[in-house]
Order: sequence, then C-alpha cells, then structure tokens
Amino acid sequence: MRKYVPKDNVQGKAYYTDRYHVVPSVPTFDVESDELFVKQLEALKAKVEVKSAKIMLGQMIVEINHEDNYKALEILKDECGYAMLSEMTAVDYLAKDGNFEVFYQILNLKDVKRMRLVMRIEEGLAVESVVSLFKSANFAEREMFDMFGIKANNHPFMKRILMPDDWEGHPLLKTYPLQGDEFASWYEVDKIFGKDAREAIGPENRDQTRIDRYDTKRFSRVGYEVPFGADISEGETETPIEYSKTLLVDYQKADGVKPAEHRK
Amino acid sequence: MAQHQVNYASAGGLPVALTTVDNLVNWGRSNSLWPLTYGLACCAIEMMASGASRYDFDRMGTIFRASPRQSDVMILAGTLSKKHSEFARRLYDQMTEPKWVISMGSCANTGGMFNTYATVQGVDRIIPVDIYLPGCAPRPETLQYAMMMLQKKIRRESANMKNNTKQNLRLI
Repeated sequence: MRKYVPKDNVQGKAYYTDRYHVVPSVPTFDVESDELFVKQLEALKAKVEVKSAKIMLGQMIVEINHEDNYKALEILKDECGYAMLSEMTAVDYLAKDGNFEVFYQILNLKDVKRMRLVMRIEEGLAVESVVSLFKSANFAEREMFDMFGIKANNHPFMKRILMPDDWEGHPLLKTYPLQGDEFASWYEVDKIFGKDAREAIGPENRDQTRIDRYDTKRFSRVGYEVPFGADISEGETETPIEYSKTLLVDYQKADGVKPAEHRK
Repeated sequence: MAQHQVNYASAGGLPVALTTVDNLVNWGRSNSLWPLTYGLACCAIEMMASGASRYDFDRMGTIFRASPRQSDVMILAGTLSKKHSEFARRLYDQMTEPKWVISMGSCANTGGMFNTYATVQGVDRIIPVDIYLPGCAPRPETLQYAMMMLQKKIRRESANMKNNTKQNLRLI
C-alpha cells in the first residue's frame, strides 16, 4: 500500500519520489552548425534584439524580448518562410524564475524546418497578439488567457475559451489546486441554486473510497440486509475509518529504513 | 324468462378486471418510458448501442425523444463538467412531470476518475437521481437492467407524484 501523504499542494512538489528516474538531457548545438538557420538568425538580428540562440533536436530556439514578438514573427514569416504557427502557449515559471515563458512553435513547409521563438514575460503584462499574422493564434491566445491569465493586446475576441465566462482563476497556473479552489467547488451550486443552497447540498465529496457505515440508503450490507433508510447507528456517531500505520513504510525518512543512496 | 349471470367476476363472464388507480397509471407510465436523447461522454456510446437494433430498447417501450418536453426519463450518460451543469439542470427543468433520472456510469455517479476542478462530483449535487448505474462504461445490458429497475420502482410508487419521496429531497 502506498504511504498516505497530504495532497494539499500537490502541484507544488511531487508527492512521490522515483529513485531510478534519470532526467533526460538533450544535446545543444550552436546555430553555426546549420547554414539555413544562420541566415535566418542574421535576418532576425538585423531588426530585433536576440538574447540567445541554439539548436536542439534539429530546431532553432531563439529567445527575444517580449515586446518584439510581433516584429520577430513578421520577419520569420515574410523573409524566412515560416508560414505556419503550429503551437503557442505559455509555461508557468512563476515559482522558479518569477515569470512566464511564452513560446511560438513555427514551421517552414518549404525548407522543412521548425523553430521556436521563446520569450519571458512578467506576471500581469500582456503580449501583442499575432492573429493578423497567423490565424491559428486566435484560439491559442484565448487559451493562454484562459489558462494563465496572460492577455493578448489587439486580439479580435479576447474571451475565455475552455472555462465558463464567469469563472474565477486560471487553472493551469501551478498555484491553482488540482481539485479546485473555494469558487470552483461551489460553482455549479451557486449558479443553479444560489449561495443559500450551499448548506443544504453540502461540500463536494472528494474521497472516492469514503464509506458511511450507518448510511442505509446508499450502501448495501451483504449478509446483513437492513430496511432502506433504517437507522442502525444505535446512538453512535460515525467515526472515520483509520488505517494501521505499521503497514506503511516511509521511504523518505531515515529512521527504520536506510535511505536509498546508502543501500548498496 | 332469461337466466342472467349475476356474478360477473366468475370465469367466463364479462371481461372485467379489478385494479387500483395507482396500478393502472403506473402500468401505463412504466411501460412507455421515453428517455431524452442526451449524451455527455463515452457512456453515451453505450446508450446509443442500447437504442440500436442489437440491444433494441424499443421492445421495452423505451423510445428516445429529441426534446425534453416529450421525455419522462433523463439518462445522464457521462462526465458532467461544471460548465455544462447549468444546461443539464435546465433540460431537467424543462421536462414535464412525472420525470425520473438515471445516473449512468462512474463519472455521473461520483465524478469518477475526474477528481478535478472542472467536473461535477456526482450529478446528484444538481439533479435528484432515481437509479445510480455503476460501470465505466456500463454495458448496454446494464442500462437495460437499470431501466427495468426504474420500471419496478415506478410500479411501486404512488400515482400521485406528490406522495413519492425522492432520495435527495434537498434538490426538489
């Protein structure tokens, strides 16, 4: 049985450790190793400030300032032949670096080349919309706003795309709890019945294995059948089931079990 | 003088059957349950299979209707997201009384494997449910069994729906 640990901040850090896991590393190459990428990088450097450039997995990754995103993509589309925006969204690095990474993955169909334009943006700032360059950015930027709260200036229809319009919070932020915050847990109750119904309906049951032993309406008793809805508590109150702690081994603690690195 | 049979209830007499109003009404209700054509996720595929020729719901008098105004039963087949919950409740409200609800599959019963911010943790939070059908996804036979259990339940009920208590009174 897996050790039970509180999962309040499950997105903050992994609640399990895999001691055999090795983080895979991808080799990085200089841009000089590819002639076409060198030319394209020169064209880019003539107009915008390039912070860094490298090649990984055969794709050039260029980091720029977030103010230059429209100008850079315009150059890449018109002069370098990147006609297609495959994907664009953000990555939450707020806890690590205090900012978001916004990336544009673009594809050159003529030369069969892919590259990624990367930029860092502080929380609360907005990016310039690139919908007028790439049609596929329309939904992608709306999703980025929905999930991270990063707005795109001059977007034709800046509105949530996945969550309801009256939703509060941006679910793909690392600080957003997986099982939802206070607002999320009462959303459907508040919307359909109003806040007054909260008490009658009660909080969500998030424990999938919860058993109420005195509930004769929803739990059957094999070999001990009782009438539907009968009170069998005999005056006792329901106590939650406790599991034995001796069966559970905490591999992260030093006492009792040797830590993994000393076990040879 | 002609001899008249006075005891009509005896064998071979006039076709007279005695019953109660409850039994008669419930006989009619339970044998023509018309569910709403309303699928939410993969359970809806099983629901469609139940309605198609192989499993053939029609032989039980169960005919899917495309309008909530014409249906008696709502089969909540699949994951109910919080965004959609408002509209599920609106469809339920549009159905005419008497109406019954089958919650089909783990997701509709408890939220299932979607223990997340965007999924309603059991449709009984917004709609009173008559039959909970477990499974992920339940086979068409299971849905048919659930429908038969609902028929049984209806036959046991009072014809006056005001006398029937639902399991979750808080929602009515």
